[in-house]
Amino acid sequence: MFEATELNHRNQRTEKLWRLLFLMMTLLLILPVAVILTVLVVKGGPSLSIDFLFTEPTQGMTAGGILPALVGTVWLVVVALIASVPIGVAAALYLSEYAPDNWLTRIINLAIINLAGVPSIVHALFGVGAFVAFFRFGTSILAASLTLAVMTLPVVIVSTREALKAVPQAFREACWNMGATRWQTIRKVVLPNSVSGILTGVILEVSRTAGETAPIMFTGAAFFLPFLPQSVYDQTMALSLHLFVVSTQVPDVPEGLPFGVALVLIGLVLSMNAVSIGFRMVLRGKKKW
Amino acid sequence: MVDLETLPEEPSESAAPEVDIVHAIETRKLNLWYGTFQAIFDVDLEVKHNLITSMIGPSGCGKSTFLRCCNRINERLGYVRTTGAVEILGHDIYAPEVELIQVRKQVGMVFQRPNPLPLSIRDNILFGARLHDPEAAKASRAAQDDIVEKALTRVLLWDTVKDRLGHSARELSLEEQQKLCIARLLPVQPKVLLMDEPCSALDPKGTEAVEELIWELREAYTILIVTHNMAQARRASDECIFMLHGKVVEHTKTAEMFVTPIHKETADYIEGRYG
Repeated sequence: MFEATELNHRNQRTEKLWRLLFLMMTLLLILPVAVILTVLVVKGGPSLSIDFLFTEPTQGMTAGGILPALVGTVWLVVVALIASVPIGVAAALYLSEYAPDNWLTRIINLAIINLAGVPSIVHALFGVGAFVAFFRFGTSILAASLTLAVMTLPVVIVSTREALKAVPQAFREACWNMGATRWQTIRKVVLPNSVSGILTGVILEVSRTAGETAPIMFTGAAFFLPFLPQSVYDQTMALSLHLFVVSTQVPDVPEGLPFGVALVLIGLVLSMNAVSIGFRMVLRGKKKW
Repeated sequence: MVDLETLPEEPSESAAPEVDIVHAIETRKLNLWYGTFQAIFDVDLEVKHNLITSMIGPSGCGKSTFLRCCNRINERLGYVRTTGAVEILGHDIYAPEVELIQVRKQVGMVFQRPNPLPLSIRDNILFGARLHDPEAAKASRAAQDDIVEKALTRVLLWDTVKDRLGHSARELSLEEQQKLCIARLLPVQPKVLLMDEPCSALDPKGTEAVEELIWELREAYTILIVTHNMAQARRASDECIFMLHGKVVEHTKTAEMFVTPIHKETADYIEGRYG
C-alpha cells in the first residue's frame, strides 16, 4: 500500500537533479575564493618575512618591505573610523529610535541607499573637491580618511540600524511605559543590548575600508613615500595603492612581491573579519532572550 | 468567586488622600483614529477609584486601544489622532501643559507578554525609581534594597527570589516575570494600573496566582484590566465594561453584567455566540 508509484520515482529524480544543481552553484561560488587564496599563499608566501613587514621599500620599490604602506593603511582606517562611527551610529539612532515615518525620513533613507550605491571613484572626486580643495586639508591622511568615512557611512548606518532592530520592541515599551525618555531608553536598554551588533558591523566596515584604492588615490595616498606619517596632515603610502603600483607602475618588480603585498592586505582584512566573528560569537552567547 | 456583597460601595470614602476623587479615569467623547481607520467612537467612561474594572469584548473592539489612551502610549505610533478628553484623577492628560513623563509615572502599564528588561531582578525593580527620582539612584545600597524588598513583597515574590536578586530577570518563569513587571511599577507609586491581558501568556496556575495578586492590590490602586477571558473578568473585577466595534455597550457591576445583562449584544457575547 505504501510502495512508490512511477510518479513518486519521477519526482525523486527531479528532486535529486535540482539539489545537485544548487550544490554545484554553491561550490562554484567558493571556487574563486579558494583559487585566490591558494595563488596568493603559494606565490606571495615566500616573500613574506619579518623584514618584509617592518622595513621600507628600497631600490625603486623592487626590493625591501612594506612598512610605510602597512602603517599608512592603519592610519587611514583608524581616522576614517573616528569620523564615521560617531556620525553613523548617531544617524542610525535617530532613524531607528526617534524619526517618525514621514516623507523626510523616507527621503533620508533613500539618500542613504543611494549613497551606498555611489561608485568609489565618484567619492574620490568628491573628496578632492570637498576635503582637499574646499576645506584646504590638502592631499593628506585627513582628506583621504574623510573620503573613506563618507563612503562607508551608509554601511555603518545600515548595520547599526540592523543591530538596533534586533533589540525587542517590548523592552522599549517597558521603558516608555515607566516614563523613561527616549534617550534614557537608548542609554539604559537599547545600546547595552545592541553594542555587540554595532561593533560587529563596524569591524566588517573597517575591513572594507582597508582595501579601498580609488578614494585615497587622489586625496592622500602617495605613490612612494618611505617615511612613516607623523600627523593626519601628512600624506602616506597605503597597502592597496602600493599593490596597484608594484603590480602595474614599476618595472622589474620580482614576481613574488605584489603577491606578498596582496597576501598582507588580505590577511589584514580577514583577521579583522575573524575578530568581528569572534566578537559576535562571544556576545551572542551572553544574550538573554 | 469573590463575594461582591462585602465590597465597599463607595470606595472613595475609605480611600485616604484624595477624598474628592471618585473617578480615576474619566473620558468624554473620546474618539481615536489609526490613520483613516476609526477605532474608538465617542466613548464616555467613568472608571471608579480603587476598584478593579475589567474590559471585555471581541478582538479588535478597541479595548486595548482605549487602555493605551489612558497613558498616551498610543502616540508613539505617530499616525494616531485622538479627540475628546481623558481625565486621570480629575486632570485632562491631553491638555497642552501635561508632561508625559508625569502621566506615565501615575499610570503604570502591564503587558500581555511579560517584558522584564534584560537586567537583574534588582535593577528591574529599581529602574523606574531611578528614572523618576535621582535621589533613589544615588541612595545607599540599604535604601535601594529596601525599595526592592517592599516591591517584591507586595507582589508575593520576595520569598521566591530574595536569594537571586542579581540574576537576570529573564531567567524567571513567566508567572514570576509578570509579577516582577507589576512590582517594578510600584516604587514610583502610581495611582492607576493598566493591564492588557496580563494573564494570557500564563498557564492556569500562573493565571490564578497573578489574578490573586491583582485582587490583593485593589485596595491601593485603580486597576483597569483588559481581558479575553470572561471567567477572569467575572471572578476578578468589581465592575465590567463591554465594548463592541469601538463603542461602549454596557458598563455595570460585574455581578450584574454576568447575571442580568441589559443589552442583547452583551448577553450574546457573554454566552459565547460571537467573539
